[in-house]
Amino acid sequence: MTDPARDACITGIGIVSCLGEGPDAHWDRLMRGETHVDDTVFAPYSVHPIVPLDYDKQIPKKGDQRQMEAWQRIGTYAAGLALDSAGIKGNADVLARTDMIVAAGGGERDLAADGAILTAMKDAADPDSVLNARLMSDIRPTLFLAQLSNLLAGNISIVHGVTGSSRTFMGEEAAGVDAVRIACSRINAGQSEVALVGGSYNGERKDSLMLLEFGNLLLKGGYAPVWERASGGAVLGSLGAFLVIESRAHAQARGARILARIAQVLSERARPDQLADASALRALWERTSGAVRKGEAAMFSAATGVAPATAAERAFLAALPDLPVRATETYIGHANEAQFTMNLALAAIALGHGTVFPPKDGTGLEKPMTGPLKQVVVASVGLWRGAGMALVEAS
Amino acid sequence: MTSTRDKTGRPVVVVTGMGVVTSLGAGKTENWKKLTAGESGLRTIKRFSTEGLRTTVAGTVDFVEADPMCAPALSHNLAQLAAEEAVSQSGIGAKGDFPGPLFLAVAPVEIEWPQRAELAKAAGANAEVGYDDLIRASATGQFQKFNELFMFGSIADHLADRFGTRGSPVSLSTACASGATAIQLGVEAIRRGEADAALCIGTDGSVNIESLVRFSLLSALSTQNDPPQAAAKPFAKNRDGFVMAEGAGALVLESLDSARARGATILGVLAGCGEMADSFHRTRSSPDGKPIIGCIRNALDDAGITPDDIDYINPHGTGTPENDKMESKGVMAVFGERARQIPMSSNKSMIGHTLSAAGAVEAVFTLLTIEHGRLPPTINYAMPDPEIPLDVVPNTARDAQVRYAISNSFGFGGQNVSLVMAREPA
Repeated sequence: MTDPARDACITGIGIVSCLGEGPDAHWDRLMRGETHVDDTVFAPYSVHPIVPLDYDKQIPKKGDQRQMEAWQRIGTYAAGLALDSAGIKGNADVLARTDMIVAAGGGERDLAADGAILTAMKDAADPDSVLNARLMSDIRPTLFLAQLSNLLAGNISIVHGVTGSSRTFMGEEAAGVDAVRIACSRINAGQSEVALVGGSYNGERKDSLMLLEFGNLLLKGGYAPVWERASGGAVLGSLGAFLVIESRAHAQARGARILARIAQVLSERARPDQLADASALRALWERTSGAVRKGEAAMFSAATGVAPATAAERAFLAALPDLPVRATETYIGHANEAQFTMNLALAAIALGHGTVFPPKDGTGLEKPMTGPLKQVVVASVGLWRGAGMALVEAS
Repeated sequence: MTSTRDKTGRPVVVVTGMGVVTSLGAGKTENWKKLTAGESGLRTIKRFSTEGLRTTVAGTVDFVEADPMCAPALSHNLAQLAAEEAVSQSGIGAKGDFPGPLFLAVAPVEIEWPQRAELAKAAGANAEVGYDDLIRASATGQFQKFNELFMFGSIADHLADRFGTRGSPVSLSTACASGATAIQLGVEAIRRGEADAALCIGTDGSVNIESLVRFSLLSALSTQNDPPQAAAKPFAKNRDGFVMAEGAGALVLESLDSARARGATILGVLAGCGEMADSFHRTRSSPDGKPIIGCIRNALDDAGITPDDIDYINPHGTGTPENDKMESKGVMAVFGERARQIPMSSNKSMIGHTLSAAGAVEAVFTLLTIEHGRLPPTINYAMPDPEIPLDVVPNTARDAQVRYAISNSFGFGGQNVSLVMAREPA
């Protein structure tokens, strides 16, 4: 058995999405069954746009904001909220010991520059020479830093002074799961006392839509809740989600409020076929279910809406009658690397309220829950590969 | 027989397999021969047109194919080559059944210009080309292969498939410290008792037009293109930037218990890891040097040794004016007067800066340095810099007994990682 002093506890939550900023805004919207989705700007694709944020509140220097692209601004903002929430913002002593693991994509493009270069190359006699000349003249030197995956972490170090360590995991949804898994393992094992873990994603990007459309992964023709997407497909969402996770001993020593405990995090490579038939999820559930208490637990599914994985997941979950299910992507959309920490945050918030938000599902899979909520199983499935599952418990 | 636990009771982590690919060649034997002969792998770029560019030199690995030629495909092939060598030397597990996790340091992935141009062509836009056109082409399903190719997790996934590593393969980036971070994650997993072994790889095949332009626009690259072999000049007064390069390094890490139990040859010990993030600037280190100093000290502390125990430093040593100055200041602060006597030679003078792979490639070279008792030189060292009064093993290799060595890796975004390596378990 693990030593309770080494429990990995959530003591800070920093979240922003289409639902708003912070735990209360999210909870209010979820309880009202509301989302915010835009079907027109990127039609035929839908997106969950980020709520307007006053970035000055968490990124005081305009110069810092200018050095970032949207995904980094969203993430740096959310990280600041998490540090505020944990009560360690500006606490140089704790921040110098805080181990950061960020799950990040990157590569946000300058769409206008790309378009202009492609246009110029199209009819050129020597396209390579045009490309070289235009790249040297059209690309902002600092854009590179706004694209580099590890520069979200870099910006968090600069803006918020988190310097214990800084690691960035890449690899879509699985990166988010492994970031939390390794942060918690280090805390459990005494390798780390306090960690800042999370990610951010800007879904309002044509370059992202293009990448996912290579694999025909996006919903077209208008939004529907996840389980109701007959034609299949994900809806991208812009969001940022960071958690401060610390050992119970460290949290208690500084008098921090423990919001929830992460009892277990599992991740698996999960090949596409193991996602398509939900066997990856089933295997993770078999390793988790022993600790799940009937009537006190809910499942936050990470179903993306993509066919056939979501239908297979639906069939699997429908066979677990004692476990009320909520598909969070119905509300906040798909945010790749940032998805898992967002779902953990929503789990911690629900546990804090002792209840789960109402169903939003015309197919009848999601059932109302009456009993007091003490545990949330948080699942993760990738659009292409990777699966994970965490068990989050009331503090 | 020495204990299989370190001073603080953690499992001792040893290296039982190593593989390396650089512009000097494939495999430890060829690399070591050329490295100790002071040979440079840098060359004039042939892979793409360098017309109009300020920098035309790089350490490309031209003898490894990739189809299509793009960073993810080449990075994968380089990683596979290095990992085959490491796993085979280690003799661990069975073919396609590696008994531990994979940690892969890899450059961030994105679609590149040849593919972007291919999409634009397929979209058939009449006048201006924009992302709406690219999305339209993408949605035809004609480019499905790009989906997997340009996902961040795909290289690690394919390697996990081939080598049969356990669990979720972790792809990571700490910029130019990535390779060292991959090793650190492996060390930590073994120390936690989560795994008896880990496959840690750093790979980088990203010498392409836009990557080159990006570093060039940040004025980070050497522009002394002729002759290309002389472009990288770490610690010399006339150093003018780093040289982009490709390569991969792979290490099989294993608990000493596990290595002994199966009678494996122990190539070296990963004795300690240190890190410290720098909050000063996106591309420059803190002028007070504290993060670099703290990082090196953390690694020494983690290894349970003092600065006096270090016999050799494998520096980050990129050849940029800024890095070499700040790194030397940091070394002098940590090692004091003794700093002048500790040899410190930069592999990058010969192989260039292998970016995401550098930490892993240079860990392999550091362990070879310890094993052979021979220090590879810092070549192109013709003009000493009075600000750097250190023994950089100028131009010619020499013999030396090394018990403990430290390898530094620093990256954009305030990333600093140091690894302490030793010949034998303490």
